[in-house]
Amino acid sequence: MSVPVTDTAVLTKGLTKRFRHHTAVDSVDLVVPRGAVYGFLGPNGSGKTTTIRMLLGLVRPSSGEHELLGRPMPTRANEVLPRVGSLVEGPAFHPYLSGRANLNRLDSADRYSDPATARQRVDAALDRVGLLGAAGKRYRIYSLGMRQRLAIAATLLMPRELLILDEPTNGLDPQGTREVRHLIGSLCAGGTTVLVSSHLLSEVEQICTHVGVMNAGRLVAQGPVAELRIGGAQRARVDTDQPAAAATVLLELGLTDLRTEANQADGALGDVAAAKIVPALVHAGIPVLGFAIERPSLEDLFVALTGEGFDVSG
Amino acid sequence: MSAAEPAVGVQTAVGKPATGMPRRPSSRLLRSELRIIFGRRRNLAGLLVLAAVPIVMAVAVKVSSPRRGGDGPDFIGSITGNGLFVPLAALTIELAVFLPLAVAAISGDAVAGEANLGTLRYLLTVPVSRTRLLIVKYLAIVIFSFAATFLITVVGVLIGVALFHGGNMTLLSGSQVGFGVGALRVLMATIYLSIQFAAFGAIGLFISTLTEQPIAATIAAVILNVAMFILNSIPQLSWLGPWLLTHWWTSFGDLLRAPIAWAPIGQGLLSALCYAVVFWLGAWAVFAAKDITS
Repeated sequence: MSVPVTDTAVLTKGLTKRFRHHTAVDSVDLVVPRGAVYGFLGPNGSGKTTTIRMLLGLVRPSSGEHELLGRPMPTRANEVLPRVGSLVEGPAFHPYLSGRANLNRLDSADRYSDPATARQRVDAALDRVGLLGAAGKRYRIYSLGMRQRLAIAATLLMPRELLILDEPTNGLDPQGTREVRHLIGSLCAGGTTVLVSSHLLSEVEQICTHVGVMNAGRLVAQGPVAELRIGGAQRARVDTDQPAAAATVLLELGLTDLRTEANQADGALGDVAAAKIVPALVHAGIPVLGFAIERPSLEDLFVALTGEGFDVSG
Repeated sequence: MSAAEPAVGVQTAVGKPATGMPRRPSSRLLRSELRIIFGRRRNLAGLLVLAAVPIVMAVAVKVSSPRRGGDGPDFIGSITGNGLFVPLAALTIELAVFLPLAVAAISGDAVAGEANLGTLRYLLTVPVSRTRLLIVKYLAIVIFSFAATFLITVVGVLIGVALFHGGNMTLLSGSQVGFGVGALRVLMATIYLSIQFAAFGAIGLFISTLTEQPIAATIAAVILNVAMFILNSIPQLSWLGPWLLTHWWTSFGDLLRAPIAWAPIGQGLLSALCYAVVFWLGAWAVFAAKDITS
C-alpha cells in the first residue's frame, strides 16, 4: 500500500488541556508522518496519556485543535476512528467474559465490521498475539501480560491505518516485549502508522523512526530519531592544554554552549561543519591532543530534556 | 478454523485499509448488551428473586386461610377466586422495592459500570458515538424492565392457574369477565407497569452518567424511588403527588375495572413518557460533553 509521504497521520495545533488545578497538556504541536513509528516519550505524569485521550476524542481539549488521518477531530470521529486502533492506559475488559467474548463485543460495536467474518477476524487477532489457546478462559483469570495481549488483539480486529498504543509492553515478559516490537515492525511494514507511548527508552530506540518528548505537559522535542540524536544536541570536544584559547576559536566558528575543563573544551556543534574545527584550531596554534564529536544517546537526550529528577511532574 | 486460515485473516486485517461506508444499522451492539445483562450471574439471581415472589405468595395463600386487609388494590384477597390475581398481587408487592431495585441495578450499571471497568474508553474509540451508546444502553434497560415485569406476570399466571382455578374473573368493580378478557387485562397491566419501570430506568441511566461507581448510581436511584414514594404519601404535599413518577404506578389497578378508568392510566403513561424523555436527555447532556478519564 502506498501512502503519500507528506500526509500526516496525527497533527495537533496548540493542543491544551487544563484540569481544575493544573495544565496537564500545554500547547502541544504533534506531527506524526504517515508510515512512521512515532515514539511518544516522557516521564510518568508528563501528559502523554491525556494527549492520547484528546487525540481519540475521549477528553475534550481546553484549546487547540487536531486531526487524525487528515480529518478534523472530534467532529469526524465516526469516520476516522474505525481506521484507528488504540490501546489507552492499559487493558480494560469485562472480567466475567472470556477473551474471545470480549473481542466479539468490541467487534459488535463497530459499525464497519462485517458480522459474517467476525469469528475469523477475532480468532486471527487472538492468534496474532498468541492468545488463541486461552481465548475461552474468563478475562478475570488472565495475567497482566495476557490482558495486555488481549488489548493489542482488540486493535487488530479490523485493518487500521493508524495504531495509537499507550505503553503496549507494560506487564509483558521480555519475550512478549520482543514479540510486540516485532508486531509493530510488521504492521509498519504493511503501511500502518504507529504512535507508541513509552517511558522505556531502549524499547523506543529500537523500533522508532520518529520521537516526541513530553515533559511537564509540554512537547520539548520532536523529529526523526536520527535527526534528534545527530543534529540536536551534538557536541564537539577538543582535548588540549589550552582549553580557554580553544574555546575562543570554537566560539568564533559558531559553536554554542561552550564549556571548559582542565584539559578540554567542548561546545554544541549546531550547524557548524565538524571538519572545519581541527584546521581552525591548528591554524590558531592550539595543540590538539584529541578531537571527538559526541552523539548523545536517546537517553542522554531524554534526560537533558526532562531532567534527572525522579519526581513525577505535575 | 484450520491453521492456515487465521494467517489469511491476519493479512486481510492488516493489509486492507478500512474504507467504505458503515454497514446499515444493526442490532449487534444491543444484542451484545443484552447478553451481558442476562448473562451476568448477579442479574440472573435478581430475576430469580423477582420470580420467587409470586410462587411464595401463591403457596402461602394456598396453605393458609384467606384474609383481608392491606393498602391499594386488594389482590391477595382475590387470589383464591381466580389464579390471574396472583401476578397482580405479586406486582403490587414488588412494585415498591424489588422491581425498582432490579431496574436501578441495571440502569445504574449502564454507563458507570463500563466507566468503572475502563471498557467505556474502548467502546467509545471503536467508535461508538456517545448518542448511539446512550440509545443502545437505554433500549437494553427498557427491554430488561419489560423482561423483569413480564417474568413476574408469567410465573404468577402459571402458578396461579396451577394452584387456584382459572375461569371467569371477578374484576375490582364487581363485574365478571371471561378468562380471556381477564388475561388481556393482566397483560395490559403488565405492559403499563413495564413502561413505568422503563421510565424509572431513564433516571438510573442519568445518574449512571454522573459517576464511575455503579453501586453508587444504583443506590442513588433506589433512594430517589423511595423518596418519591414517601413524598407521595405525605398528605400536605398532595399537590406534588401527580408530578412524581411513582404516584401513577398503583394506577395499574384501574385496568382491572369495568369499564377501565382510562384517565389515570393516560396520565400515568404521559408521566412516564415525560420522565423518560427528560432524564434521557439529561443523561445525553451530561455524557455528550463529558471527559472520559476512566
